[in-house]
Amino acid sequence: MTAKRALVQVRDLKLHFPIYGGLLRRQVGAIKAVDGISFDILEGETLGIVGESGCGKSTAGRAVLRLYEATAGSVSIDGEDIGKLGSEALRKKRPTMQMVFQDPQASLNPRMTVAGIIGEPLDEHTSLSKTEKLTRIYELMDAVGLNRDFANRYPHAFSGGQRQRIGIARALALNPKFIVCDEPIAALDVSIQAQVVNLLEELQSRFGLTYMFISHDLSMVRHIADRVAVMYLGKIVEVAPVERLYANPQHPYTEALLSAVPEPDPSLEGQKARIVLVGDVPSPANPPKGCNFCTRCPKVMDICRSVKPETVEVAPGHSVACHLIAQQSTTGRTGGTGAEHKPMTNQQGEVA
Amino acid sequence: MPDGATPVLDVKNLKTVFATRSGEVHAVNSVSFHLRPGELLGVVGESGSGKSVTMMSLLGLLPSPPADVREGSVMLGDRDILQMGAEDLRAVRGREVGFVFQDPMTSLNPVFTVGFQIMEPLRAHMGMTKAQARDRAVDLLELVGIPDARRRLDDYPHQFSGGMRQRVMIAIALACDPKVLIADEPTTALDVTIQAQILELVKELRKKLGMAIIWITHDLGVIAGIADRVMVMYGGQVVEQGPVREVFADPAHPYTRALLRTMPKLHGEREPKLRVIEGQPPILGRHPTACPFSARCAHSHDRCTRENPQRRDIGQGHDVACFWDHRGATA
Repeated sequence: MTAKRALVQVRDLKLHFPIYGGLLRRQVGAIKAVDGISFDILEGETLGIVGESGCGKSTAGRAVLRLYEATAGSVSIDGEDIGKLGSEALRKKRPTMQMVFQDPQASLNPRMTVAGIIGEPLDEHTSLSKTEKLTRIYELMDAVGLNRDFANRYPHAFSGGQRQRIGIARALALNPKFIVCDEPIAALDVSIQAQVVNLLEELQSRFGLTYMFISHDLSMVRHIADRVAVMYLGKIVEVAPVERLYANPQHPYTEALLSAVPEPDPSLEGQKARIVLVGDVPSPANPPKGCNFCTRCPKVMDICRSVKPETVEVAPGHSVACHLIAQQSTTGRTGGTGAEHKPMTNQQGEVA
Repeated sequence: MPDGATPVLDVKNLKTVFATRSGEVHAVNSVSFHLRPGELLGVVGESGSGKSVTMMSLLGLLPSPPADVREGSVMLGDRDILQMGAEDLRAVRGREVGFVFQDPMTSLNPVFTVGFQIMEPLRAHMGMTKAQARDRAVDLLELVGIPDARRRLDDYPHQFSGGMRQRVMIAIALACDPKVLIADEPTTALDVTIQAQILELVKELRKKLGMAIIWITHDLGVIAGIADRVMVMYGGQVVEQGPVREVFADPAHPYTRALLRTMPKLHGEREPKLRVIEGQPPILGRHPTACPFSARCAHSHDRCTRENPQRRDIGQGHDVACFWDHRGATA
């Protein structure tokens, strides 16, 4: 995938929700839901975004599609900066970028038939005749594995997995290039999850789709993603190709997150060294000074509490934002500040 | 685990039917199981498999109508819970059997302090004075790992995070030293790192207090980590039951086998395509006369659609409700 171009380019994206307070309802602070994230998504690949609830992954997904106005930073899709588009131009752009939502119950209008739901984007963005539209709706229903006979039924008559298929058909209606999947399987049963994930993969290879796949399910992300970004409290702490990230996590948060996933194998479970993080995720309204993870990090050093770590590329395509890594790779730069906290005499010796 | 010990809880042929506008729903069909002292029994199944309804039926927690616990016996020691009157039942709930629910937000009362809610069962069941109950409540909060316990008693549930609220729920369930703790998806609403904290806590509490636990979940990974025995439910029935290592290493029911294979792994080879269980879970409209899994099963034959297989013993405390012999099979 070396020759592939970046379809989506996100640069220093910030999304702060204002907090109003006091007598005059003045802004007294901000929830820093997404706080300066940058990444590319290559054409035809799946970028997995993982993290715990409240880390900003869904907000990031919505901001990338400009469903929220970004506070700062830029998002360009297919070479166009969508933050700068006017409302009409943005409307014209919408067909290329679509979204599949988490809750198939809440994201489908209960008063519209399946044909109505899947056909609505066609009404809005195309001038197809009635018969052409119906042909397209049937085509889409076939593509996602829904029986055509059910076109005039309402969402309540379908199971969760089938509803998610309706949501996927709607997202596909306008031949998008890029789809943000926001926890598309979180509300489904295990045996149904696999069906939906297989469908998403099949559609990707058939239509050359690019996915941003947001999920908290690390095993499923390992299956579907090509590259994975790990988010914590509004920041990306680590990005790497999927195999590399799972085999060789560098950031202490990624390590802890991976070790916390229970494995369906009692013999493995017994010998697994689990890193149990203490405490909870701090409030994004008042993130800690320095590294956002410093309040829970098992390897915390003094420098972490005062200086925000820079993102360092440790290998091609593998970036980490952690002082431990920054020190290992450029011992000279961080110098003596953190050196005494880490046993790294070898590197120091070499540098000297 | 003392193998031959008399079970603290012995459930036989439990059957629960719901009356709905569109007819009856047979949610629990002839479920039998037992729980030994100090043991952790994991119950797995998908939504609608009857795992929660089974546990709610045990303690008469389902509103009737629409629910009707039609048959069966639930022996707690030498008494049948299903035959108890309202007063006795009230004494059992909270005193002898503790219950932890899935959602820690909705199962705590938002208008009472956490301290009040922990002290309530202590005063009702144990006849403690306010001061005694308060001291005990502090001990309990410390036991479940809530720092600064005495001060936190006067806080309201919204002042606690999700993981902390679940700790409070566990403290309430443990308040009267129950013999049995039933935990219904206690970590499903929590993040993985918080789930890991709760799982560690439960392991520790088992060592300290030694109560028997029934842990309901849809996550096979959680079961693998904490359970002694596992019971797999499908379509309102127990399809497989056995020691946890046995069931994971050598699953005997096609459903268990398929379920284990559909889950992507965190380690090892990445499969190019996930295996799926085709089709949908059954609709439990009438008393089952066929195997509930037969429509989705790779090994089904005509007998499976004519007759509902009964659980048969396959050795080492492992049993399965299936006609198919899994030994020597590869799929």
